[in-house]
Amino acid sequence: MKQSKRIAKYILPVVIVLLVALMAVVPFFTDPYKVVFLRTILMFVILTLSWSLFSGTTGYTSLATAAFYGAGLYTTAYLGEKLPLPLMVVCGGITAFALALLMGAITLRLKGIYFAIFTLSSVELIKQVLHWYEINIVGVRGHYVTRVNDVTVYYVLLVITVLLVLTIYLIKRSRYGLALNSIGSCEEAAAHIGINVVGLKILAYAISSFFIGMAGAIMATGMLYIDSYVAFDLNYSFFPTLMAIFGGLGNILGPLVGAAVFTYLREILITKYSYHYMLIFGTVMVLTILYLPSGLIGLAQNIWKKLTTPAPTKGLKTEGGKHADTSC
Amino acid sequence: MQILHVEGLTKYFGGLAAVSGVDFTVEEGEILGLIGPNGAGKTTLFNLISGTLVPNAGKVLFKGEKISGLKPYVICRKGLVRTFQSCKIFPEMSVFQNVLLGALFGAPENIAWKQAADVAEEAIAFVGLSAFHDLPAGSLTLVNQKRVEVARALATEPELLMLDEMMAGLNPTEVGEAMELVKRIRDRGITIIMIEHVMKAIMNICGRIIVLDHGKKIAEGTPEEISTSKTVIEIYLGE
Repeated sequence: MKQSKRIAKYILPVVIVLLVALMAVVPFFTDPYKVVFLRTILMFVILTLSWSLFSGTTGYTSLATAAFYGAGLYTTAYLGEKLPLPLMVVCGGITAFALALLMGAITLRLKGIYFAIFTLSSVELIKQVLHWYEINIVGVRGHYVTRVNDVTVYYVLLVITVLLVLTIYLIKRSRYGLALNSIGSCEEAAAHIGINVVGLKILAYAISSFFIGMAGAIMATGMLYIDSYVAFDLNYSFFPTLMAIFGGLGNILGPLVGAAVFTYLREILITKYSYHYMLIFGTVMVLTILYLPSGLIGLAQNIWKKLTTPAPTKGLKTEGGKHADTSC
Repeated sequence: MQILHVEGLTKYFGGLAAVSGVDFTVEEGEILGLIGPNGAGKTTLFNLISGTLVPNAGKVLFKGEKISGLKPYVICRKGLVRTFQSCKIFPEMSVFQNVLLGALFGAPENIAWKQAADVAEEAIAFVGLSAFHDLPAGSLTLVNQKRVEVARALATEPELLMLDEMMAGLNPTEVGEAMELVKRIRDRGITIIMIEHVMKAIMNICGRIIVLDHGKKIAEGTPEEISTSKTVIEIYLGE
């Protein structure tokens, strides 16, 4: 058991490095369509991982992903011609970071469903305000974007993904990762043992949004024209949330696998069964929530456990939270 | 030396005064008991002192410094920590992680991980949970979960510890052990305020007792004075 654990410790980094290397050379061997498809997967991977960095750990369901993504898109629409590409991407991230700081400061005192609804409505609010501003003040709806070729976009997204995974890994290993989990577990207790819960939540929210904004900034270059209705599409809020649940919350692999499989599934369904796509998709989601409460990764872990432990282990069962007689 | 001074502390919930004009002081190194019928305002008083609630009037001085109105995490880092009536631990985390969090964040200054781990280990050993070190805290029995909470509070290295009904729901043997633990905590030089309904415990280990009823302090004195006080007997047994 111990040895398999030690091996497992090395397997993951090796697999990740191999995967990144593979992803890095893929554009040389495939057709443009596949690159665009992989690009979409990477984009959703970033959104989903960022979402779970904050919401997965703290338990605060943010539905403002579209707002941060849209902020990135719009940054490029307005600054794209004036700035070099890397700087533009970072600017998109900073815009989203600032927006998240502001929204966090206003909303993170709210709990549960109130927080979710407020973040959801904030997307709509920003969309409508921008729309009004463009129509009445600027006089032109939306903005043209200077195109960047798909392969470049793909590589930028790959870099963002690697940076994001690294960031999540470092946070999870640090005291702040543990503190974020404690907020998700029992916020009141966390506040009373010296953790600045409000400050920590706002900061984590802003950091996760930084990556969403960067993804938006680079994805904008794949579009020709952006207006507030395209940029602040609520699907960008819902999909990452669904993808994270689909993959399994709680560790870094779940959202990653969830986003990849979900995007792939969606693509297949849209192209092959375009009339029944939503129907099939909805059914898959319902079945996931009913039968795979810990997502694809949870399923994989259960199968792995059954394969590696031949006989049922006797003695103390140590499943977390089962016997908790606490008020949190 | 006075470690805590509470003056005219008042809190309204709507029109109801849950705590009304309460004054008292706590001397360094003592164990102060806080008793009273259900709804007397004991936990509200704790909430006001620990920063969970902000008082409508009055003030709390900790080591001569005003702390009322400060956030709970700031108050904790100043050295005043509390536990909860309904045990609040992090159930899916290990016992060690629970306590480690207190050590990492509760100290007045940021401490290194290694040092925090040592503090946590010590606190876990002190409450007698070393055997459960790596188990999820939620898988422990109630009495041990309460010990996790106490260890976590101790790991923040407090000067004043407020225990909210630590002995509720424990059997007589466990109450005995808990009393021992409270005394040992005091012997570490930590001042204690405890809310308790278990009279045997209160009468045995508290040097002084305060009685609350309907948000007001109605009596204060040594266990002997309190157990013979006419007002207190009336409140507990009826006239």
